[in-house]
Amino acid sequence: MERLEVKKLNHHFGFTEILRGINFTLDKGEVLSIVGPSGGGKTTLLHLCAGLLDVQEGSVTNTFKSSAFAFQEARLLPWKNVIDNISMSLLANGEKKSEALKKSQEIALRFGLEEDYFEKFPKDLSGGMKQRVSFARALVLKPSLLFLDEPFSALDIGLKKELQTVLIEMISKKELSILFITHDLMEAIRLSDEMLLLKADPGHIVKKFRFDLIQNQRDDKYVYGKSAEILQDEEIISTFELELK
Amino acid sequence: MKFALKILKDFPSYLWSGWGAVASILLFIALWDVGNQVYGDLVLPSPLETFKTLVLMLHDDAVIAEIETTLYRASMGFGFSLILGSALGLLAGFFATASMMSRPIVTILVGMPPIAWIVLAMIWFGMGDETVIFTVIVASFPIIFVGALQGTRTLDGELKEMAESFNFPWHMRFFDVYFPHIFSYVFPAWVSGLGMAWKIVIMAELLATSNGIGASLAVARSQLDTPTALSIVVIMIASLMFIEYIILEPIKREVELWRD
Repeated sequence: MERLEVKKLNHHFGFTEILRGINFTLDKGEVLSIVGPSGGGKTTLLHLCAGLLDVQEGSVTNTFKSSAFAFQEARLLPWKNVIDNISMSLLANGEKKSEALKKSQEIALRFGLEEDYFEKFPKDLSGGMKQRVSFARALVLKPSLLFLDEPFSALDIGLKKELQTVLIEMISKKELSILFITHDLMEAIRLSDEMLLLKADPGHIVKKFRFDLIQNQRDDKYVYGKSAEILQDEEIISTFELELK
Repeated sequence: MKFALKILKDFPSYLWSGWGAVASILLFIALWDVGNQVYGDLVLPSPLETFKTLVLMLHDDAVIAEIETTLYRASMGFGFSLILGSALGLLAGFFATASMMSRPIVTILVGMPPIAWIVLAMIWFGMGDETVIFTVIVASFPIIFVGALQGTRTLDGELKEMAESFNFPWHMRFFDVYFPHIFSYVFPAWVSGLGMAWKIVIMAELLATSNGIGASLAVARSQLDTPTALSIVVIMIASLMFIEYIILEPIKREVELWRD
């Protein structure tokens, strides 16, 4: 069984304690979100899970066959055109060049990047287009686990919904597991099976929420209703410092 | 290979875009002729006379030999700066301490007038190739060194992290992530280093040697032979323009297509 297991994870930067006693498990086909205020250690936690930072105390066990990462900013190579940027991830995994280009073109079209865009450099793309390329680069690998670092935060609502729909489609088919961090509760409610609330100073998990309705049946009413309900929660109020004045 | 072909393919359209430059050069030559009509042949020979002298000089084996000597010195000095400057600059860029320590040294090298280096080199090496080559190195090395240093210092940490998250193998990290960035800094530094080397070689030759075009310029001065002096200037400028606009600029354009 593929799974990501985090046990008793602590982390320090110098003398500052960033994370304390983090425990959770992500099973295959599940979507786990971590919400919390900015500066609460969310990115550090994600980087530890993805192996971009070394674990100091505790353990992170990742038995997923493959994983990919999509960042908050697109992080494209400015000297590569759209298709070459997408195919980078495949080439890094030992795919043949011709095959990688073919797959990249297919996925680019699926993400709404028409052929006119294939040869363009990142400097000629809008922010939304760049983010599509970044998603395509991560998903072209067909990863079994996807790490997302607030990937929708810089997008307009239309594009946000479009990319989320693609993800929900993959989630519903149980093709993909996702670990993602966000400060947007509605985003978490729309996409995740389980949501962890990370409180700052130092980052620790104060509450877990589960959403049992499958993602492709969650309509706006469900998302708004749940958001309203969760916003009444004591822990949410104190974590996000929502006290009414 | 594909890259070289693309440069060749775009070359005719690049050349065609040069008419504006040609027009401005012709205008400059016209002004030069006006100058000749005002001040007379001794002060400023006419363009026609200069070009006639130039053609005669280019048919003279002795002159060709002088040009070859100068080319040899310039390319030795520049080649040495290129290799040493790029290598040391890259190396220094990877270590914070080394880049901090090298900055004042570079300031000293850049700030010291080349003429002072020539005097020192004449004392150290005497009158000959070594003096000229040494001066060229001292003048163009810091430019290339700083370019390479900046290239490595400004590598994007976010792209490094991206490469790590996708497990890029080392050769992809180098060729696809680091190299294009560093090259976009080093290449312009090479171009300015080359321009510097070409100017300094003439100056060093004029003062410190008895052969090369710099020395020919000194001879022309002592004989008040203005047409020859101007022809030498034309040779110097024409060769620099050829290297810069016909060889380097098309490469630079292709390399920097991705830039804003």
